[in-house]
Amino acid sequence: MSDSNHTESEFETITAEGSENPQPVLILAEFETADELMSAAEKVRDEGFKRWDCHTPYPVHGLDGAMGIRPTILPWLVLGGGMTGFVGGLVMQGWMNGVDYKFLISGKPFFSIPASIPVAFELTILLSAFGAFGGMLALNGLPKMFNPLFRSDRFRRATADRFFISIEARDRRFDAPANARFLRDIGANAIEVIEE
Amino acid sequence: MKHLLEKIPFVRPEILGNAESREIDNTAYSPSERQPWITGDNTNTTITDRVCGILEEKPTFGWVMFFLLSLSVLGLLGVFVPFLIFWGVGVWGVNNPVGWGYAIVNFVFWVGIGHAGTLISAILFLFRQKWRTSINRAAEAMTIFAVMCAGLFPGIHVGRAWFAYWMFPLPNQMELWPNFRSPLLWDVFAVGTYFTVSLLFWYMGMVPDLATVRDRAKNGIRKLAYGALSLGWTGSNRQWHVYERSYLLLASLATPLVLSVHSVVSFDFAVSQVAGWHTTIFPPYFVAGAIFSGFAMVVTLLVPARQLFGLKEIITLRHLENMNKIIMLTGMLVGYAYAQEFFIAWYGGVKVEKFAFMNRAFGQYAWAYWIMVSCNVISPQIFWFKKARTNLWIMFIVSIFVNIGMWFERFVITVTSLANDYTPAAWDYYSPKLADVGIMIGAFGLFFTLFALFCRFLPFIAMSEVKGVMADQAHAVAEPKPAEDEGADPAPSPAAGS
Repeated sequence: MSDSNHTESEFETITAEGSENPQPVLILAEFETADELMSAAEKVRDEGFKRWDCHTPYPVHGLDGAMGIRPTILPWLVLGGGMTGFVGGLVMQGWMNGVDYKFLISGKPFFSIPASIPVAFELTILLSAFGAFGGMLALNGLPKMFNPLFRSDRFRRATADRFFISIEARDRRFDAPANARFLRDIGANAIEVIEE
Repeated sequence: MKHLLEKIPFVRPEILGNAESREIDNTAYSPSERQPWITGDNTNTTITDRVCGILEEKPTFGWVMFFLLSLSVLGLLGVFVPFLIFWGVGVWGVNNPVGWGYAIVNFVFWVGIGHAGTLISAILFLFRQKWRTSINRAAEAMTIFAVMCAGLFPGIHVGRAWFAYWMFPLPNQMELWPNFRSPLLWDVFAVGTYFTVSLLFWYMGMVPDLATVRDRAKNGIRKLAYGALSLGWTGSNRQWHVYERSYLLLASLATPLVLSVHSVVSFDFAVSQVAGWHTTIFPPYFVAGAIFSGFAMVVTLLVPARQLFGLKEIITLRHLENMNKIIMLTGMLVGYAYAQEFFIAWYGGVKVEKFAFMNRAFGQYAWAYWIMVSCNVISPQIFWFKKARTNLWIMFIVSIFVNIGMWFERFVITVTSLANDYTPAAWDYYSPKLADVGIMIGAFGLFFTLFALFCRFLPFIAMSEVKGVMADQAHAVAEPKPAEDEGADPAPSPAAGS
């Protein structure tokens, strides 16, 4: 699937098999520790890169600031889900028991707010949770089964015990040899360029 | 015993407690020095190897035995559920006036078991209790499986199981809608939501760990299965950012949810007019009991599991001690509720209520009542002693007692109140039949079978969260001694006991 070869420069190149005219899609730098990654991320941010990312086995505290990530809009999606659930739950019960199919039981009113609260509450939670989970997937672009990062064998440790920075070729400042030198200077111990 | 076990082939050394997974006492309290949550010389690498090893190596002898035993107990469900559906609920011991028997007792028991999982995963998360990370995955799995067992009972106790969908507000040819003024329907929504949200929360928490398993997978099927389950997770920090916010929101949604679920379950009783059920203390009393029984089940499951899978440095004595403290606290809350019920029955001055409670303690079901009191109120009192809180055998036995006691609590509440109704001429004694017992035991088979499969095929420990705790732990310990050499280890873990 992938094929790596050492070049004269300071990085390995991984090219997709069967690619007619391989173009780099990203550059990947490995770091040993979270602290090294953190200081490197600050420098990548300050250098003005926009389309780049860090990859860590666990959420590293303070990295959001070091990368300059803005807060997510996810809470608003959850609020929307919750309000839909609450209003929908009340309307459903009111319509079903109070309008469409009225039947008298134990002399209770056909529709009353207190008796409708438990179901409306549960639906509030249910739809908020759908908002939180579905929103997380949508905002993160998941599921994404094909990712050029998966071509790198080294990258497999990103989910275990290593820390990575990736810079996409779509970034305006992308230039494989120059970026490789820069990443090496800020502490990367291995660099790969992935081509497709 | 140890020599005997060593002779059995393919017993992993972890079962016998080898040097790699040491029992390190981290329960000593000292205000000047914080004890670590993860003991031993563990790093991100060793945690990954240890936890993924459970899934990657050949199954251990202990696991195979446990799985086969659970599976054969599950067979009881395969026998008695079709039997019940074919003949109808007449095969149960329910009579008139005791129309609610083992089915509701087991339903409430299993829903209650689930509550500790959500407490650990959501409430302790909001309170920033770092010790949750070692146990939350297994506890949440327990929640899911317990709620599945609970869901079995309403499904089959409707008598005509093929009409179970009438519980849901689905458009149908009869143009009927369910009765939303009934607590039983609230239950459908509460338990349904609880199951769905717990499943989402559990699965979402597992995605980064499933990616770890995917990245270590050697053969095609594993790559495909874990690849699909992990959704293409790359540990990207832009994704972690949204993920962590989503996790926090789910935790804050699951917190009121879990408190509402057993409250709604208690409404099944409390909203009725039956003496002994019609009390306002039921919602908090049920929630405390649920957490009590759930923590007992977590201890029952984790004490053997940490031995079997060599996880003694991750699920440490201090984790277990904390759980035992919660068991003691909630046990006393439950004991307080038992006392308060009597007080209110006396203070309220309603004759039938007074009778219902005296009858509970001294009537024909006194044996069940006193089993309940000794198991739930008396047995956890041993946890006042630290020796007992940190002794594996004592905590395991107490946890079994609590499981038994909490099952009897639901039995006592359900049966004693119904058996002695307002009309003495209608009184009757309820005793279960074979099908009741078969389905009850079979549900345990279902629970343990699912749990055994979980141990083998999904990451047992929330690795990504444990690594985060280890990083914090390393900083907390590193700060007072800045002279130490840095950068040698990816996540230096303070070596306790060394």
